[in-house]
Amino acid sequence: MKKRDPDLLLAHAPLLRQGMTTPSVMRDVLIALAPATAASMWFFGLSAILVLGACIGGAVAAEWLFADKQARGDSLRDASGILTGLLLGLTLPPGLPLWMAFLGGFVGIALGKVIWGGLGHNLFNPALLGRAFLLATFPIAMTTWVPAVGDGGFLQIYPGNLALPFMQAQVDAMSAATPLGLMKFEQEVTPLANLMFGKTTGSLGETSGLLLLLGGVYLWLRRDLDWRIPVSILLTVVVFSAVLGLFDAERFPTPLFSVFSGGLLLGAIYMATDPVTSPVTPKGTWIFGIGTGVLVMLIRVFGGLPEGVMYAILLMNAATPLIDRYTQPRVFGRGGDTK
Amino acid sequence: MKAFRRLRRNFEHGVHPAHHKQQTENLPIQRVPFGKDYIMPLGQHIGIPARAIVTAGERVLRGQMIAEPGGFVSTSLHSPVTGTVKEIGDFRGVDGRFAPAIAIEADAFATQQVDAGTSIDWEAMSQEEFIEAVQMAGIVGMGGAAFPAHVKLSVPDGVRIRSLLINGAECEPYLTTDHRLMLERPEALLEGAEIMRQKLGAEEAVIGIEANKPDAIEIVQKHIQPGAPVRVVPLKVKYPQGAEKMMIKSVFDVEVPAGQLPRDVEVNVNNVGTIVAIADYFLRGMPLIERVVTVAGPGVTYPANLIVPLGTPVRDVVQFCGGLKPGTREIVMGGPMMGRPIASLDVPILKGCSGVLVFTEEQTARRREYPCISCGRCLEACPYFLNPSRLARLSKSRMFDEMKAYNVFDCVECGCCTFSCPSNIPIVQLIRTAKDDLSHRKEPDA
Repeated sequence: MKKRDPDLLLAHAPLLRQGMTTPSVMRDVLIALAPATAASMWFFGLSAILVLGACIGGAVAAEWLFADKQARGDSLRDASGILTGLLLGLTLPPGLPLWMAFLGGFVGIALGKVIWGGLGHNLFNPALLGRAFLLATFPIAMTTWVPAVGDGGFLQIYPGNLALPFMQAQVDAMSAATPLGLMKFEQEVTPLANLMFGKTTGSLGETSGLLLLLGGVYLWLRRDLDWRIPVSILLTVVVFSAVLGLFDAERFPTPLFSVFSGGLLLGAIYMATDPVTSPVTPKGTWIFGIGTGVLVMLIRVFGGLPEGVMYAILLMNAATPLIDRYTQPRVFGRGGDTK
Repeated sequence: MKAFRRLRRNFEHGVHPAHHKQQTENLPIQRVPFGKDYIMPLGQHIGIPARAIVTAGERVLRGQMIAEPGGFVSTSLHSPVTGTVKEIGDFRGVDGRFAPAIAIEADAFATQQVDAGTSIDWEAMSQEEFIEAVQMAGIVGMGGAAFPAHVKLSVPDGVRIRSLLINGAECEPYLTTDHRLMLERPEALLEGAEIMRQKLGAEEAVIGIEANKPDAIEIVQKHIQPGAPVRVVPLKVKYPQGAEKMMIKSVFDVEVPAGQLPRDVEVNVNNVGTIVAIADYFLRGMPLIERVVTVAGPGVTYPANLIVPLGTPVRDVVQFCGGLKPGTREIVMGGPMMGRPIASLDVPILKGCSGVLVFTEEQTARRREYPCISCGRCLEACPYFLNPSRLARLSKSRMFDEMKAYNVFDCVECGCCTFSCPSNIPIVQLIRTAKDDLSHRKEPDA
């Protein structure tokens, strides 16, 4: 008897793929953030776990609630919701009431992603949109910074964390100022070593510059990251501060201080590089990075706020479609320069 | 800067698929035994189909012309076997459609010897005679496109060809036909190169070979006579290094302007297989009746490099290689990046078929598609510097006309974008859909 031929598929070439998938990229970013996240737990104890958990919970809840039934598994599987929650949490003050953190995560996904049409369609970085929402709604809680618990206080919880919804958060007796706040309002410079290793006041994820850089190098090695964006942002900030330093070295921050203080590394490596909300063209990413760097320095030095990374990135997010439109690559064989 | 770039022998962008050539790169070319049924489609080259000049019942000899060119951009066909013309009718082709073809039944007792050994005095031929001879030999581009070779040879007045570029890149994974030809028949390659170079009036012949074939580079180099105007250029291993415009960029550091041909930058590009076919015809009198085919892929029992008479059903070729393994899901003619899937084992091997690749679950599994996250990897992969991400989005919204502003027609469908996409978006397939729609659309009557 004649053997039957196998049923043949007619899938179109190319049949080969590089191994990376969108969820694997998201997972890599989570891995890259692990050291900085662990450090936040070291410095801020149980509060860090609670605040990060609340943010991720809020983000995933929104993701689950607004996805339609069939697509629910998909939108959770790509891990982008978890990443948004974690990134948001890392930008928040450790003493923030947990319900606010949860709300921030929820709003970040709902207004930052879902209403735009889901992953890939949003204009603004969802984590930063969530943070902007919190800053506008709860300005006092969002600018109340607590000093790190230091060693041995892992089980300590900042009393602010447990405030009930819509009740006046207790004013924290232990409040302190961030290095950027000290710089701006009291002309006090924090030693660089503290900035690098994390012994400073600040949001959960921004205290340890070196661990954030380490994660960035990991992402670069894994080719998950468009290196142009962090490089152009950081270079711009360095050049900008160096030029300012020429005018008045006393008044303006040094380049290294500028790089390691505040949320710059977190923003430049993990948020500005969000592929969805940054330009897709190589030339565009340079413009995006330089623009972000300039805005950060303008807000920090000349604006009313001590920190400007969030607004700088959000503003450049808004400019992204325009940048993309005017930086379309030159087509092969059509003259002009490459790139 | 420019000098530095020239040293790199490279074009920009492109991708690095695993080359999977280990399966067959060390296997000598062997001949497939003759079978019974042969099908020669009249339109197996780009351009106008050939016209049959035999009738059903007629006896034909191996190498005898059975169809003449249907026009200038067309070529002839020769019988791959000695036997009897069974039928001239419609047969299922590689694309699944029925198309006219000549079916020949091989003579069970014929020796299948070609009346070979008669060389043709090509040196005495005029340019026109030479071009006609190439057309009558049925020679087409053997790299996969199957574009009639003589058309490329007919250079308009005032255009000069400075270099003959011979494409030995074989950048498609799995395929090793050109590699084996260069290893086993370097003399034929160099003879063919010399014929072509002289007839084109070119100053030099350049053989571009990807650096992952060091043995081929060495052997070809060794066979070049001292002082001969031929040189071998090793090329970076990168897909699509064998796309002719990419190769010209790599070797000469010149971009062929969009919409123009290699001859506009004084270059003529031909595949290694084509050059060997030229030598076989002019030095041994053998028209194009067989070709080298790589049979490989995880679904094939004994991978091989084979000389296959044209018109042999894929079934016979696969059977010779020990048959299909269980779990076979797809068979592709050509390479895995640009080849075409076939629906039936009964379709024949054609002039442009460089490989029969058998794939299993791993390569054909349905990949979950995620939304485009604008990561830009496709932009960095596209050798034509297009914006595949944007093109795919527009195509999904069926905004085909808007795609023209993004130069959709500059796309050569190399598949680098789909290969590089972490969201598994079928980018090149979406672009093909749009190109098809745009080019088959009827213009409204004026």
